[in-house]
Order: sequence, then structure tokens, then C-alpha cells
Amino acid sequence: MVGSATPRVSATVVLSKPALQRVLDNLGNSGFQLIGPTVRDGTLVLAGIGNISELPVGWALEQKPGSSRLLRINSTDYFGCTVGPHSWKRYLFPPQTDLLTAHRNGKGWVFEPSPDDAPPFAFIGVRSCDLHAIAIQDDVFVNGNIRDPHYAHRRERAFIMATNCNTAASTCFCTSMKTGPRVHSGFDLALTELPECFVIEIGSEAGSDVLAGVDWQPASAFDLGRVSQLIQRTERQIQRQLTTSDLPKLLYDTIDHPHWDVIAMRCLSCANCTLVCPTCFCSTVEDHSDLTGSDTKRTRVWDSCFILDFSHLHGGNSRPTIKSRFRQWMTHKLGAWIDQFGRSGCVGCGRCIAWCPMGIDITEELSTLRSLGAR
Amino acid sequence: MSTTVLLDRAATADPMLPYMATVRAIRPEAYGISTFSLEYDDASVPLGFAPGQFNMICLPGFGEVAISICSDPNSPKIMEHTIRYAGSVTRAIGRLRVGDSVGMRGPYGTPWPMQLAEGKDLMIVSGGIGLAPLRPVILEALHRRSSFGRVLVLYGGRTPQDLLYTDEFEKWQNGGIEMYVSVDRADETWKGQVGVIPMAFYRTRLDHRNTLVFSCGPEIMMRFVIYEAMARRIPKEAIYVSMERNMKCAIGFCGHCQLGPVFICKNGPIFRFSQVESFFGREEF
Amino acid sequence: MPANGKPRVAVFKLASCDGCQLQMLNLEDELLDLAGQMEICYFLEARSQVLDGPYDVALVEGSVTTEHDLERVRDIRRKSQTLVTLGACANTGGIQALRNMQDVDEYTRAIYANPAYIHALAQSTPIAAHVTVDFAINGCPISREQLLEVLTSLLIGRSPQLPAHSVCVECKRKGTVCVLVSKGIACLGPVTHAGCGAVCPGFGRGCFACYGPMESANADSLCQGLAARGVPRPEILRLLNGFTGWAEEFRSAAERLERATT
Ligand code: SF4
Ligand code: SF4
Ligand code: SF4
Repeated sequence: MVGSATPRVSATVVLSKPALQRVLDNLGNSGFQLIGPTVRDGTLVLAGIGNISELPVGWALEQKPGSSRLLRINSTDYFGCTVGPHSWKRYLFPPQTDLLTAHRNGKGWVFEPSPDDAPPFAFIGVRSCDLHAIAIQDDVFVNGNIRDPHYAHRRERAFIMATNCNTAASTCFCTSMKTGPRVHSGFDLALTELPECFVIEIGSEAGSDVLAGVDWQPASAFDLGRVSQLIQRTERQIQRQLTTSDLPKLLYDTIDHPHWDVIAMRCLSCANCTLVCPTCFCSTVEDHSDLTGSDTKRTRVWDSCFILDFSHLHGGNSRPTIKSRFRQWMTHKLGAWIDQFGRSGCVGCGRCIAWCPMGIDITEELSTLRSLGAR
Repeated sequence: MSTTVLLDRAATADPMLPYMATVRAIRPEAYGISTFSLEYDDASVPLGFAPGQFNMICLPGFGEVAISICSDPNSPKIMEHTIRYAGSVTRAIGRLRVGDSVGMRGPYGTPWPMQLAEGKDLMIVSGGIGLAPLRPVILEALHRRSSFGRVLVLYGGRTPQDLLYTDEFEKWQNGGIEMYVSVDRADETWKGQVGVIPMAFYRTRLDHRNTLVFSCGPEIMMRFVIYEAMARRIPKEAIYVSMERNMKCAIGFCGHCQLGPVFICKNGPIFRFSQVESFFGREEF
Repeated sequence: MPANGKPRVAVFKLASCDGCQLQMLNLEDELLDLAGQMEICYFLEARSQVLDGPYDVALVEGSVTTEHDLERVRDIRRKSQTLVTLGACANTGGIQALRNMQDVDEYTRAIYANPAYIHALAQSTPIAAHVTVDFAINGCPISREQLLEVLTSLLIGRSPQLPAHSVCVECKRKGTVCVLVSKGIACLGPVTHAGCGAVCPGFGRGCFACYGPMESANADSLCQGLAARGVPRPEILRLLNGFTGWAEEFRSAAERLERATT
């Protein structure tokens, strides 16, 4: 089972920890740019990596509402940190996308699509919540009648190495959203990190191919049992809950609830929650031209329903207050999204809770609305 | 006969990429409002639109705006757009001359349900520039006048100068369309009715079992229209409204045009009232 | 912009440090192009030639601190089609507005040998307190990019894009890690007008609001949040009373914070 042969799709294999480097090398040699979790500026970010030593070995993320701190821990796990402020949407739906250029020629214009020279990405260590978030953005950008070629171009070429969570943060609530912690589908490889090895499920031909030349063993029933136990332990760590059974109705019924005013006293409308959220997809389009106006670049940039201009209307703004913007965010995320796309817009990753400067907690606000009752 | 042509934009490589179009005519309508006739330069651009659909029109450096098509769907080669100079882009469009170029892509959005109106009375209620997306309905009804029962147009503006397409009213009337035009504030030139448009409901009898209402105008006006229509036992399933929100892409990506569970760009702009009832006119929603 | 001929542009300075005008000179790469597109009628920092108004565009730096400033700014407004203010001083009164909460006479007596020559108004005030401002470029100093955006858009005749959202949006778009959440560093970014590109958080420092308040700034809430994180009240007050401390949103938040009993 060593060396030349590659495992078949849906097989589960065991790799020594150092052997993961070989997998990364194979990916790199096939032209992928590897993106993975790494420690930078004192926190966990997603960035280009090449070596497994760049993964956050020996670190843990302690997350609370409004706070996220890296802690040194005594561990040799490569994937022991949960999610930081970045999500994979930075790479699939980047903060700024060049859409097209317009060049004036005589009386008219020549419009040309802007090329995207991004290399294919290999995402290393995608957690189940984020895997669902990618699927949710697929709903928006490629699963509808009209495909977004910019997103599609990156998405179709992306290699996904998922990871089952061996630890959860206090902000996680994937179990409520049925998005984790176990990875089920939508990956090329799915890792589970045990203390001395990786157990890897092969999800695709591409996943199988990158194990070429790597030492692997078929996983035993015992290995699989340990994987399940580990995930169950993670599941038990998850304390935070969000009840979904009465959604979206609860949110539609509470549109006029005075509790929105209470939240609006605290909320800063800073938009952090939407920009860290792995599913938020709103954008605006900007034109930038040279001084003579003959060359224009049209770009798409991340926008947010918390930004006043987002709701600009001729003759007024449809959401002038912080209250109306917060209500839009939460009502969309947890409610209207279900009507629009058939599933919730929240995957329970907890980013909005940790990265809100005020520590506003979507799970708590929802249960407050529920307990105060429809108005 | 015009069919509901919903072009398959998915087939084009880049749905955000505009085609070049040329301004063929500019007709001033009211203060700060003109109608622009636009034609694609490239004859291979697929043509055809249905009443109520809109185009995205752009001027590089200024940006894009959604503008409903206000011309006859039976002659889709030159499409007319009535534009109010309200923002950066529309003001720049206002500076164009015949022969100048713009970028254009479309058509987008849901149309008015013309098929459903066949054999029924059709009541068209609009205010101000809201008549623009309904003009194709009127022109279509004139083409196939016998397919419909009564066709009524209730139209109001703030002053006589704010009314659009006034030089066509006589033709519409001669074509068998009942016109009820009123203004909020009359001047010495005005011979017609004075009063807000929902009042026009009191001047005619409706067959509530057999009438479809199409309405476009300020939300506050539409609210009264809906109220008056329902007071006459017209079911909310028979009332259609056109909604407006800021839009950046028109194809469901940018998120700007959401109203509760719907995207105005792809689920609208034309909605059956019962579809949007719970969110209609909700303050700051 | 005038239909024929180049737009006539003038750059004026009231009470300020010249830093914003310098940003204009810093537009090295674009300056030649700019000079070709418009007629610079008045820009003492750059050239001595002085052409009288009227002007199509007046760019005004600095706050109103003296009677003379006041007369000048009214005169500039009369002569100019479009008035653009440059920087924290022009938009909020600037760092010199710190004196607004003090007794100016006492200051002048303490500092100047001949206080009789000092004709300062009681307060340093933003230009918009006296005349209508068409566009405001924020910052201390302003950013070259925003200045260029305003000049370009005035040249081609559209409204400039000067987003009024928070600095946080810039942090997140850039991928800069939030210093407040990850390190507990006091940061005014969530209530501050964007435009700088989140420079300070990019260097691991908190934002000190040199771009002034964002739209719908909820400074009261942020103050409470900072206090709850253990930032001492004098520290929060010091942050609020900075470059744009005289802006209504920050001034009133500071007053409430001072009054509040903890
Ligand atoms: S909920 Fe928090 S992160 Fe979101 S806009 Fe309000 S204060 Fe900012
Ligand atoms: S709403 Fe919050 S918890 Fe849910 S997916 Fe977005 S960031 Fe994560
Ligand atoms: S560092 Fe400051 S400006 Fe940046 S996201 Fe955090 S609070 Fe906002």
C-alpha cells in the first residue's frame, strides 16, 4: 500500500503526520497555491503556506463574545485552532474583484472583461461549518439561473482539504445549524487529526491523486472508531445553541419588536459581523477612471447591509437607522435566507460573535426575541 | 404578438459585461426627465423584452442604473427608457446627445402578467414616472385591444408639468383605453381632474371578479391603490405592483435589492401583491 | 465644470499645518496630468501666481479661528462654485479645537508676550459651521487617493465616492486583524469615517479617529464597550478628544462619559 498506488475514492487511509508535507508538496507541484490557517499579527489568519510547520502548531484560539485570543498550549496538533477572522470567501469571493474595463474609442466604448490571474487554490483545513458556508455561497453565485464567472472560475478549480474538528470554541454552534462538526461531503480530502497520525477520507479523484508517492495505510476499524470518538468529544464541547424550529416565522413576526431598539443602542453599525461572516455575499460596484474619464475600471467590493449607502434609494434611504440595519442582517441571515435559498444563511461558525467589537451575540439576541414573544 | 421573452443571460460569458448601445433619440418629458431611445450597436445581441422588464444602463466612470423599458415590446430593436436625472449616473446620461454611446445589458426582471389579463378588465394605476414601466402594457393592449376587456389608465402627477407621455393620451383614448388623469395641483392650463390618484377609483365601477390591477408609483400611492382596490373586493392575488430598490447587479449577486425574502431584481420588480404583502410599506424594512 | 476651458481651481489655507496641501503636492505622478486638466489659480504652497476668482473649485484647508479666517471663508464661498474642505481642521475644527473647552484669553496671556496682538475667536470651528460645504475630504492629513478621487470626479462631473462607513470595513477588506478583539487595544475605528485605509490597525495600533465620525456613529456605545473591557475612563476621553474631538458625535459622547458615574 505504499508508494505508487493511490487509494480509491471514498477510501479512508492513515498517514503519519510528517507525510502531510508530501501531500502539500504534491499540491504545490500541481500548480495549486496552498492557503491555510497560520499565525500572523497575533491571531489566526488564512494565508499562503508551503510547509506544515506554518500551520498553527501549539496554539489554541480562545473565543468569547467580542474577544479572540491566541494561547500557547502544549499540543502538537496542526489543526487545533478553530476559525479566525478570515474565511475562505476571501479567496473565492475576494474583497475586491475586477469586473471589467471600459476604454473610450472615438464616440463609443470598448468593454473588456478583466482577467483573473489567481492561481488555483488548495484550501488546507476547511472545517465543516466553512464547507457549508462555501456551499451557501455556491447557491448565490453559481447554482442559480445566472452564474457569476468570477466566483465560478475560482470555485471550480479549488482543491478542498477539509478537517474534522478536534476541538470547539465557546462561540461555535454548528450542532444547532446542522453544519458540523463532522465533515460529510464537498471535499477532495477530509482529515481527522489524531495525536500521532492523520486519518484521511478520500473524497475525489483529485484527492486520491495527491496521495501519489505518499506513505499511507488503509484505516482500520479501530482508527475509524477513534475518529468518531474524537468528533463526538468535540460535539459535547459545544455549549452554545440556536433554536431553528420556528425560523423564519419568528423573525417575520417580530419585525416591530421593541427589542430591536435595545440592540440598536449597542450596535455600532461597524459591519464587522457581516464581513467576517463566511456566507455574507453583498457587494457594491465601483467605477474608477483616469483624469480624462477615458479609461475606467469597474470593480466589485464587499459591501454590507450595515453600511448606510447600501440602502440608498432615490428620495431617501430605506434603512437609515442602526436598528433597521441590524434587523435586516439578522432577519436575512437566520430567516429570509431560508425562503430565498432553502437553507439558513448561518452555519454557526461564531465569527460574528467573536469579532463584534461589542460582543453582540446572534444566538442570544434570537433567544431574547423569542422569549419576549411576537409583537 | 409579443411573447414573454426572458432572455437566457446565463448563456453569455459574463453577465456583468454591457454591450454598446447608441442614443437614437432624446425626448424631453418633464422637468429633469427625458426619454432615451437606445439601440444596441451589435446586431447579434438577442432582442426582445416583456412589459415591465428593465435594462441596466451605464456610463463608464459614473456607474450603472436600472431603468425600466417603456417602449413597445413589439418593436424591441430600439428600446425607450424614461430617465429622471436624480443621481450621478442619470445626470451624466442627461448630458448625452443623440449619437452618443452608453453601455447596456438586459432585459431583467419579471414582467407584468399580460397573459393573465387576457379576457379581463385591466386597470393600470400609476403616479409620476411610475407610468414608464406600464407604457409597454398600454402599447401592447392597443395592439391586441380585443384580447382584453376594459382597459383603464388611472394616472396622476403632482402638477400638469409632471405628467409623462401626454401627447399620446389622445391616441390611447382613441384606441379604446379609458383615461383618468389627474393632478394634485392644477394651474390655469389644466382642464382635467384635480386630486390624488386613488380618488379616481370613485369615478368608475369595477367588476371585482374580473379585474386585474397593475400599479407602479410612489409606495405611499400604491398603498392607497391597494386599499381602494381591496375595498372594492378585488382580491390581492389580482393586484400587481412594481417595487423599487437600489440595485448594483440586477442578477441576484449584490444583495442590495432585497426586501425580506425576495430579491427585487430576480423575483421582481413586478410582484403579485399577496407575494410581498407582509413586507410592503413596512417602515425601514 | 465649465463647458469650455479648464476648470479654475484654487487652494486656500486657514488655521492649519499645511499637511493637507502637501498631500496635493505629493500627488507627484498625477500632478502634471492634473495641471494639464485644470487651471491652478491660487495655490501659494506651490506657486506665487495669484489669479482672482471666480473659481470652479475651491479646496480649503484649516479651521476658522480668527475674524479674518471667517471673512476669508465667506469670501471664498462667494467666489466658488464648488467648495471642498480638506482635512480634520476644516471639517471638525481640528486639534486646535481642543482649546474650545478652555478659556482662550487665559491661554493667550499665558503664552504670548503681547497678547493684545492676538485676535483669536473663542472657538476653532469647522468651515461647515459658517458656509455651505459641497464635499468634505477627511483625515489628518487627507489621503492622496481621496483627493485624487474628488478631483477626478469633479473633472468628469460626477459625485465623488467618499464612503462614510466605519474604518472597520477597511480593516476587514484588507484582511487586517482587529486589534480591539485580538489584543484588547482601544480603537475608535468602529465609529470613525473610513478613508485612511485603516493605517493604524495595520500597524497594530488603535484608530484615533483622525477622519472624524462615520455616518450614524454610535460613540456612546463604543465608550461603554471600551470601559467594559477595562479601558480607563481618562484614556477613553483622551482618545475622543483628539484630532476630531470637536465633532458633535465625539464631543457629546465625551461630555456624557464625563458626567456618567461609574
Ligand atoms: S453587530 Fe457588532 S459587528 Fe455587527 S455592526 Fe453591530 S457592533 Fe458591528
Ligand atoms: S452569522 Fe455569524 S455564526 Fe452564522 S455563519 Fe455568519 S459569522 Fe458565522
Ligand atoms: S482594528 Fe479598529 S478599525 Fe479595525 S476592525 Fe478592529 S475595531 Fe475596527
